[in-house]
Amino acid sequence: MNNVLKLLLEGEPLDTAQIGKILNLGQAAVESQLADLRKQGVLLGWRAVLNPSFEAERRVRAVIEIKIQTQGAGGFDGIAERISQFEQVESCYLMSGGYDLLVVVTADNLYKVAGFVHERLARIDGVQGTSTHFFLRAYKKDGFVITDSGAHRDQPSVSP
Amino acid sequence: MDESGRFVARHVASLPKSGIRDFFAIVSKMKDAVSLGIGEPDFITPFHVREAAMAALEKGRTSYTDNRGTLQLREEISRYVEKFYGPTYNPESEILVTVGVSEALDIMLRATLNPGDKVLYHEPCYVSYAPSVTLCHAKPIPIKTTSKDQFALDPAALRAAWEPGCKILILNFPTNPTGGTADRKKLEEIAKFAIEKDLLVASDEIYSELTFEGDHVSIASLPGMRERTVFLHGFSKAFAMTGFRIGYACGPASVIDGMLKVHQYSIMCAPIISQEAAVEALRNGRDSMLHMREKYRERRDFIVRRFNELGLKCHLPRGAFYAFPDISSTGLDSMTFASKLLEAQKVAMVPGTAFGEAGAGFCRASFSTSYERIHEAGERIARFLDTLPSRK
Repeated sequence: MNNVLKLLLEGEPLDTAQIGKILNLGQAAVESQLADLRKQGVLLGWRAVLNPSFEAERRVRAVIEIKIQTQGAGGFDGIAERISQFEQVESCYLMSGGYDLLVVVTADNLYKVAGFVHERLARIDGVQGTSTHFFLRAYKKDGFVITDSGAHRDQPSVSP
Repeated sequence: MDESGRFVARHVASLPKSGIRDFFAIVSKMKDAVSLGIGEPDFITPFHVREAAMAALEKGRTSYTDNRGTLQLREEISRYVEKFYGPTYNPESEILVTVGVSEALDIMLRATLNPGDKVLYHEPCYVSYAPSVTLCHAKPIPIKTTSKDQFALDPAALRAAWEPGCKILILNFPTNPTGGTADRKKLEEIAKFAIEKDLLVASDEIYSELTFEGDHVSIASLPGMRERTVFLHGFSKAFAMTGFRIGYACGPASVIDGMLKVHQYSIMCAPIISQEAAVEALRNGRDSMLHMREKYRERRDFIVRRFNELGLKCHLPRGAFYAFPDISSTGLDSMTFASKLLEAQKVAMVPGTAFGEAGAGFCRASFSTSYERIHEAGERIARFLDTLPSRK
């Protein structure tokens, strides 16, 4: 894997100048590599990872399982791509198993999610049924364990 | 000091206070300090190892164990040491589980030294070696290692330092604080000398898994050495298990028996929960260990390059997780450099003299920390160096 990408994935808060120093590349080289990665569609973008409890005070999040009737025009892809266009939709995956699409949505409150399901999703041709589950509490997100583990709290700052 | 000082034994009172302690006292009170002074992994113990400890508690494994440690752990140690280091040790009679390598070395010295015996060891070195010898009423004899040799022990220097009455040679490769290692050829010469002078060797190989260049060779694996070597190892560094306090000694049965006496009267046994975790680390911890080693190696390359860019000449440590830059070009001694750097830019490095006189002119910087901190420390050190008259 590209070294710049490897470093980004470690999740340390580093800017391109810092990455350049660490990898002995120079800032310009790091930026051009990042530009290439974006051009190649490898790197889609990056954003801050917020503590879900902070987000939960402002937004609700739900996963929606969707069953699809495949005769519709464009098949699974057509319907999935259409659903992905909605701004409420954070992620959308085709799944194996008891349902076909898994959609993660966020909204200001429960009623807005409900409205999205019955006014938008349910009306899409080919959507046979939905099952909505609300997130209650997060314990780990994007590799970050949320609970305060207290790890290293008593570690001396200088030791032999 | 109050008058109760008169109760303290002379040889204890005469021990110097650890230079690291003083430093720690200052850093711990300081906010926003970037510490490169931490002598332990920045990783948390791999979860599967922690889980083994939890499972031990759940099963009610809360008793003493055999003084030597659980047979299960000794059997795992025997397999592990044979596989990765060479010599075969009998779990029944030649392996002793201890509370870290610190205890293992201490009881080994206590079990073998008579008052007035002499102990050779290479400097700069871990802070406990000389005091542990002194506490046995024996005489520590340091052998200086230098950056010219990348802090490997020069067999000629060993020969020159030897004097009648030397009984033990302590080796520590890779070395804390220098990252020095010894290749097979050097070790063979050292082994030959140990046999010639009938020395017992204490080989502290706690950093051996963290060898970045070349293969680690244990002196215990060389011909004629198994019977005169106590191989000391543990879990703290390779498996990030410092807080578990678990180590072990492997060696000839009679020496292990002597150590067992000291151990059973002073410690009884290592904590059972830590022993259970250690079994898991030996059975299934290799992947986590290799992952951590790769991270240390990457950080090592970065920190060493930074020191050299900053004009602080730094050799590439071949093992452990410490860089040991030469700060003499600043015109300051180690302690002054470290104190001024801490005061001016709040970066903590440990003065080389905390590891013996041979560390003069150097400071120890641990790279067992995040890229972000190493980067920040580098920027701060650069600013500090700009203020020094020697650099203007």
